[in-house]
Amino acid sequence: MSANGDRPYTADEMMAVEAARRLDDTTVCFVGIGLPSLAANLARRTHAPGCTLVYESGTIGAKPVRLPLSIGDGELAETADAVVSVPEMFAYWLQGGRIDVGFLGAAQIDRHGNLNSTVIGDYDHPAVRLPGGGGAPEIALGVDDVFVMLRQSPRTFVERLDFTTSLGDNVRVVVTDLGILEPRPTPDSGVELTLVAVHPGSSVEEARAATGWDLRVADEIRETVPPTDEELAALRALETKGRSS
Amino acid sequence: MIVPLRDAVSELVGDGDVVALEGFTHLIPSAAGHELVRQGRRDLTLIRMTPDVVYDQLIGMGCARRLVFSWGGNPGVGSLHRLRDAVENDWPQALELEEHSHAGMAAAYAAGAANLPFGVLRGYRGGDLPSRTRVGVVVCPFTGEALAAVPAHRPDVGIIHAQQADRRGNVQLWGIAGVQKETVLASRRSIVTVEEIVDELEPRPNGVVLPSWTISAVSVAPGGAHPSYAAGYYDRDNEFYVAWDPISRDRDTFAAWMKRHVLDTADVAEYRASLAAEATAA
Repeated sequence: MSANGDRPYTADEMMAVEAARRLDDTTVCFVGIGLPSLAANLARRTHAPGCTLVYESGTIGAKPVRLPLSIGDGELAETADAVVSVPEMFAYWLQGGRIDVGFLGAAQIDRHGNLNSTVIGDYDHPAVRLPGGGGAPEIALGVDDVFVMLRQSPRTFVERLDFTTSLGDNVRVVVTDLGILEPRPTPDSGVELTLVAVHPGSSVEEARAATGWDLRVADEIRETVPPTDEELAALRALETKGRSS
Repeated sequence: MIVPLRDAVSELVGDGDVVALEGFTHLIPSAAGHELVRQGRRDLTLIRMTPDVVYDQLIGMGCARRLVFSWGGNPGVGSLHRLRDAVENDWPQALELEEHSHAGMAAAYAAGAANLPFGVLRGYRGGDLPSRTRVGVVVCPFTGEALAAVPAHRPDVGIIHAQQADRRGNVQLWGIAGVQKETVLASRRSIVTVEEIVDELEPRPNGVVLPSWTISAVSVAPGGAHPSYAAGYYDRDNEFYVAWDPISRDRDTFAAWMKRHVLDTADVAEYRASLAAEATAA
């Protein structure tokens, strides 16, 4: 967890809170490990107890007490409403259109929300071989709304991806450590990720400097609401239990 | 039917074979992977949705020529450094990649199990992956929709780990079942390592039963899924996944670790004892 000025919460916590607030009691969401799992579990423990967490290992309706370290931790299966095989998960549930929201991360994102989690450099002779797409290509197109959670820097928010792993068509929001980006129409009839809010203590200038393309900024910029005491308490309970496992 | 793992591997896996050791975070057949290393198998095509530590070990020890996969990382930790070294620097040898998405890999296994030539899915649309892998297009004869076709997985040998077998070699696994049933049914030959042999298999929630006649060999390997877990037997060794990062980052450290804990041990019991001795000394 990084320091966050004098504020009593970390940048990761701010990101998790902003993502969690976008889930409601009826959302069925496909969750990966790390910040998405933290966000979805926070939602379940605060305003959206009915939110359904689906992990790609086949656990549907998982209700972990501790934050899992892998998408297939035993606790996910033990607390799930149903456990299905991996072929069933991707065919019946994801392709079947049963999942509302999918969280994705990546090593690179472009202005259209396309993501790279495959390689840095050339595919055949990569500078860095990343883990690869995993579930991302079909999650990106198989859910209604894709939420991206990614720390903002010029190395990550790039003019041109080294490899396009998944398409940005369904990306509805990008939650970063500096603020919130959403797709908005451009004057030339395109759609482009646009800065719509900054977190307390962050600025538009900072967000522009951390973006590798000329970042569009909404006419009216909001400031996000810092984590409430209730949200922070729930987050820390999850994090503590995760660490001490 | 129920034979020592050493014999199962030497009889059923040859150099150059296409081998799938499957397990989706749970029940990963590490003991069988270690036996492939001990027996010095070469030029394998390794298939796995989520190659993790045991595939990093096989690749770093020079057992693999080709990897067919969809996500290759150390879950919750980061990169697989032996996989990266092979892809980025051809060390210890070049590794060909055939890369898919999870949905594509799952469809390819299901097609193999169903004795179909390809799996069909709504996927691989756009992006750069389709131009880098084996994927085709089929047109639905009823609606005209264009769908992705992935070639079926038909491994020479499918290897999985399960909780139990009975004395006749019928196998049951439960908990997160991943793609293991499809792996066995898609493969020409198969090896199942188990935690224990029991007199009778009791029905379990979400239990997957594989009758003995679908399996070539069953071998007893208690703890054989380490560092992953076996529901009902032991938990995931999360600390090991973290510890693997520095071990695997350096070629010499990796080689020394593999010699001590895999090459110089005879089986899974000695492997576990060797890890325990190191932990006690530390």
